[in-house]
Amino acid sequence: MSDVIARLDDVDLNYGDRVVLKNCSLNVVGDAITCIIGLSGAGKSTILRLLDGLIKPSSGHVYVHDKDICHMHETQLNEVRRAISLSFQFAALLDSLTVGENVALPLREHTRASDAEIRKTVEEALDSVGLAHTYDAMPSELSGGMLKRAGFARAIVTRPELVLYDEPTTGLDPIVTHLITDTILHLRKKLNGTAVVISHDLHSIYMMADYVAMLFEGAVIAYGTVDEIKSSRNPIVQQFLTGSEVGPIPI
Amino acid sequence: MKVLDRFGRATIEFFEYAGGIVVLAAESGGFLVKLRIRFVETINQCYFLGVESFSIVILTSLFTGMVISLESALQAVQYGFGNFVGGAVAYGTIRELGPMLTAVVVAGRAGSAIAAELGSMVVTEQIEALTSMGLEIPRFLVLPRVLAMVVMLPLLTIFADVVAIGGGMWIAQSYAHISYDTFMSSVRQTIGFDDVVKGLFKSLVFALIIALVGAYQGLTARGGAAGVGAATTGSVVISIILIFVSNFVLSFLLFGGH
Repeated sequence: MSDVIARLDDVDLNYGDRVVLKNCSLNVVGDAITCIIGLSGAGKSTILRLLDGLIKPSSGHVYVHDKDICHMHETQLNEVRRAISLSFQFAALLDSLTVGENVALPLREHTRASDAEIRKTVEEALDSVGLAHTYDAMPSELSGGMLKRAGFARAIVTRPELVLYDEPTTGLDPIVTHLITDTILHLRKKLNGTAVVISHDLHSIYMMADYVAMLFEGAVIAYGTVDEIKSSRNPIVQQFLTGSEVGPIPI
Repeated sequence: MKVLDRFGRATIEFFEYAGGIVVLAAESGGFLVKLRIRFVETINQCYFLGVESFSIVILTSLFTGMVISLESALQAVQYGFGNFVGGAVAYGTIRELGPMLTAVVVAGRAGSAIAAELGSMVVTEQIEALTSMGLEIPRFLVLPRVLAMVVMLPLLTIFADVVAIGGGMWIAQSYAHISYDTFMSSVRQTIGFDDVVKGLFKSLVFALIIALVGAYQGLTARGGAAGVGAATTGSVVISIILIFVSNFVLSFLLFGGH
């Protein structure tokens, strides 16, 4: 097994009276794709934001390369974030910039590359997600699937060590879902890096996951390879995987 | 107890709000001191916030100058004070109405636009995306808008002053037969360079209020379209209240009743 490059250690997170995460621990293994599954509202996206330092836990610790990022100053966090990219559920491209400018943004802000070098890198990133022709398009001109892939291009353009994908296939048709899944696998190979993917699409997860974590009521209740999760005896996991209405998960 | 509870909460909210704006101003100012400024974006914002507000500012100031003249010129002539009309129009415009009306109009047009744009960016996760890329929101989004407002509002105020006085002069001449020379002579006798500078200093303060309130309202917007709408309305209401309050304080401090 590769090293753990990021982890949540006994994290609690509350929004007012609402408990989002409770005693939640999770290891993100390097050079692997970890998929997080769970019911809607279970706190899956929250885990990605914790790993990126966008929110802080109420208690517990979040480590990236064994450094606790919970108590870091924003300047230190920004250094950590350069090795991590978050691909948002709805891409979150800046709608005042073209797709190319959006993808170029992290390079313009964090590197001293020339315009020509940035253009070349951006074109490569867009090409790697099958959007080479969209450099000058505005985000409003793209379909949902294309937007997500443009978001991927922005996420990977700086070649981060860890890419976090927030529900990359949600709301897409089966063909685009397949395309997105293939793209994530392709990017993982290209970057030779680590990814955490949140998804409800079990078929996609079975295609790409090295490890699967099941989140339920704010905690990881099952963790393992795809085969281990499939053969889990936990009735909650089995109900989730089969999609049955009958079982311990309250509907 | 309920009244006390509400009063306590309102007090806490007030200080949280004021503290939030001060922190935003300090963070943005920190990047200004380090000269970490996005110049191209600042110029774009100058155009958007300033140049595009030009026509509405000119229109409102023109009619304000005209109406002051209309209300005062005929009576002034009747009582033999016709040669003071220019001074009265210029006095009111340069020291008070020019900076304040321009600020109110710009708060309605540009301050609301800042709140709406940043608020939309919050609810569509664009702000979070920028933060996750390691970009500082005060430097990336707030500072260019504050700088643009600080540059453009005094410029707009100068135009507003000139147009208001011009409009007043035209009405005074055509309605009360006060010649342009008499009008301008009165203006020159009444208004000194320090009045102009103090008026522009006021607009500088108003610019900070409009930009910071707009940015803070936008960045703290929550809850989708309704939240953006509330943030936008709030930015206009709060800016205008603060403009009026600070105008009184500044007038008291700068002109000291003179």
